Amino acid sequence: MNHIISGAMLPDGTITDLFVADGVLVDEAPSGAQTIDAQGLVVLPGLVDMHTHLREPGREDAETVESGTLAAARGGFTAVCAMANTQPVTDTAEKAEHILDLGEQAGHAQVVPIGAISEGLKGERLAELALMHRSRANVRMFSDDGMCLMDAQLMRRALEWVKPFGGLIAQHSQDSQLAGPGACCHESEISGRLGLGGWPPVAEAVIVARDVMLAEATGSRVHVCHISTAEGVDVVRWAKRRGIQVTAEVTPHHLLLGTELLEGYDTTFKVNPPLRTSEHREAIREALIDGTIDVVGTDHAPHAPQDKDHAFVDARPGMLGLEQALAVVMEVAGEELGWGGIADRMSVAPARIAGIAGQGRPLAPGEPANLVLVDPSARAVVDKRESASLSRNNPYDGLDLPDPVRLTMYRGRITHQR
Amino acid sequence: MKHLTSINDLSRDDALSILEMAREMHDVQRRPVKKLPALRGRTVVNLFFEDSTRTRSSFEIAAKWLSADAINVSAKGSSVSKGESLRDTVRTLDSMGIDAIVMRHPGSGAAQQVRGWVDASVVNAGDGTHEHPTQALLDAYTMGIDVEGKVVSITGDLAHSRVVRSNVLLLQKLGARVVLVAPHTLLPAGVDAWPAEVTTDFDAVLPDVDVCMMLRVQRERMAGGYFPSEREYTALYGLTARRLAKLKPTAVIAHPGPMNRGLEISSAAADDHRSIVLDQVSGGVAVRMSVLYHLLAGNE
Repeated sequence: MNHIISGAMLPDGTITDLFVADGVLVDEAPSGAQTIDAQGLVVLPGLVDMHTHLREPGREDAETVESGTLAAARGGFTAVCAMANTQPVTDTAEKAEHILDLGEQAGHAQVVPIGAISEGLKGERLAELALMHRSRANVRMFSDDGMCLMDAQLMRRALEWVKPFGGLIAQHSQDSQLAGPGACCHESEISGRLGLGGWPPVAEAVIVARDVMLAEATGSRVHVCHISTAEGVDVVRWAKRRGIQVTAEVTPHHLLLGTELLEGYDTTFKVNPPLRTSEHREAIREALIDGTIDVVGTDHAPHAPQDKDHAFVDARPGMLGLEQALAVVMEVAGEELGWGGIADRMSVAPARIAGIAGQGRPLAPGEPANLVLVDPSARAVVDKRESASLSRNNPYDGLDLPDPVRLTMYRGRITHQR
Repeated sequence: MKHLTSINDLSRDDALSILEMAREMHDVQRRPVKKLPALRGRTVVNLFFEDSTRTRSSFEIAAKWLSADAINVSAKGSSVSKGESLRDTVRTLDSMGIDAIVMRHPGSGAAQQVRGWVDASVVNAGDGTHEHPTQALLDAYTMGIDVEGKVVSITGDLAHSRVVRSNVLLLQKLGARVVLVAPHTLLPAGVDAWPAEVTTDFDAVLPDVDVCMMLRVQRERMAGGYFPSEREYTALYGLTARRLAKLKPTAVIAHPGPMNRGLEISSAAADDHRSIVLDQVSGGVAVRMSVLYHLLAGNE
């Protein structure tokens, strides 16, 4: 199907018609095209999520590649990077290719497999990083997300190993020794009062500091997943000034939600790294705006009810994010970032950092037709039942937020429209 | 009042009402026939996810002396490992038509979560390192209820204590002055915001206190690096015979048990004539009778 998108506003403010033929943007109206009226809407390059948990294989009751990419399309995403902590872990070329194939079969968004850094996420020996890279899956990004890679020597070796092919090591920065075994929330007055074990902010900062020094020493690239503290951001800012190849990501939930939500022990709000206080929230928001933080990554983490309906300490950490990510970014930093800034942090920069060809590209003739049409002013109260995800651990349920996504197009096909 | 999961569920008047009625209940304890008919036909389930001898038997006796049917359910081992969610476990029990769940759970906040899942009244018999409200009530009862203006020191592993959180909340309501004593490694995060004074110097506090409450220190904490050795802990924070001499003659010594004699409390202190440790146990049944009565009687 060919399309004419009429009257959409580009991120730079110009109003234009876009023409789509055979999955690609072209410079004149194709024959037999269906017209999409985009008057009053903004067109952005399709959003790219560097940090998605699709749960397949292993926990298809919580999410599948099919359902997760449908949720992605509803959120305006045309590419998602699938984290490696599935069952089994994505730590070989064959497993990475399997994820790639599942994504192609579903067809709702590009699925980019992330490889594990260490075999089985155990943090003991390297996974077959280069073989994953050389496979059809062409893995460029590696992460043990969910677990911090604590062994400094292994971290150094990983950085050295991926350097020849420009691979990216993405770290879940949290020193597990700086928090007790029962740690499950931000260490603060609230954790002390609620009797919940805390993750101190410094547990993030010390790992970020260690890893940027290792990136400098090896000349390789490191990516800080879901940065959540003011201290962590300060280290990244310092490292960037020093010329170290470090990039950082922030989640929508860390931008909007705070640790005070834990007062009722609602396990929907249990997430790792934890929701923090307003000082941290403001620091990461500023860092996203000034570019210290490069990208927004959702850390979309679906969980079945039986994994959440436990005492707080026993419940699985993680919350949904794909469908409300753009809304949250517009809400907390829309004015400061502008449409160009939002397109950068949510599409251009993540595609560049993760090395995803054909995503995060300019909306210009010859480029793949991956785009999202956005209503800049609509708002709605989030209803967790209205979701393509198989899970309902939506932390935004009941909040009044922007309701931007009108149409998502992936390789010229409409993957979501309303 | 339907639930008691935190001292925050109680107004000052609620707390005083429970404590005053506990006095009457305590009198019943001294009769040859101890049963009252108040909760006849009611069913109380003691749902314990953690081992406990004194709290569980105290609640069981309390329910029985009020003529309720008391059933003990031991659910030790996390529900996670059994594959059943906490929500399913308590809803299953609730569906049997019980009136109250007295629950102990290793996870902080578990009792509060359960409130939202069941129709029965929920009594928190200790949730992780969060609260143990009936312990605080029985402590206040043993201190004589009227603690207005009294100085109460609480010394020990405050970070991992559910007793201290409930005690601070209740003693504040009742007008006592609370002094918390612990090394920095065993203080809860954000303790400076609590309605209490905080110090690391036990010796400086001793001459002023009316109630010297000692909390259990688990030896396993040494492995976590919370303190170097038992010897050093005792030297700094133990109620030793030497420190006992610094207490006022009118001061009392409390400990919610179980005691580590020789670690946080010396035998000289535990067995001192000023010790109210056994009174705490005795008052525990009366206070729990009063709590069950307040939650269940007249709540048709």
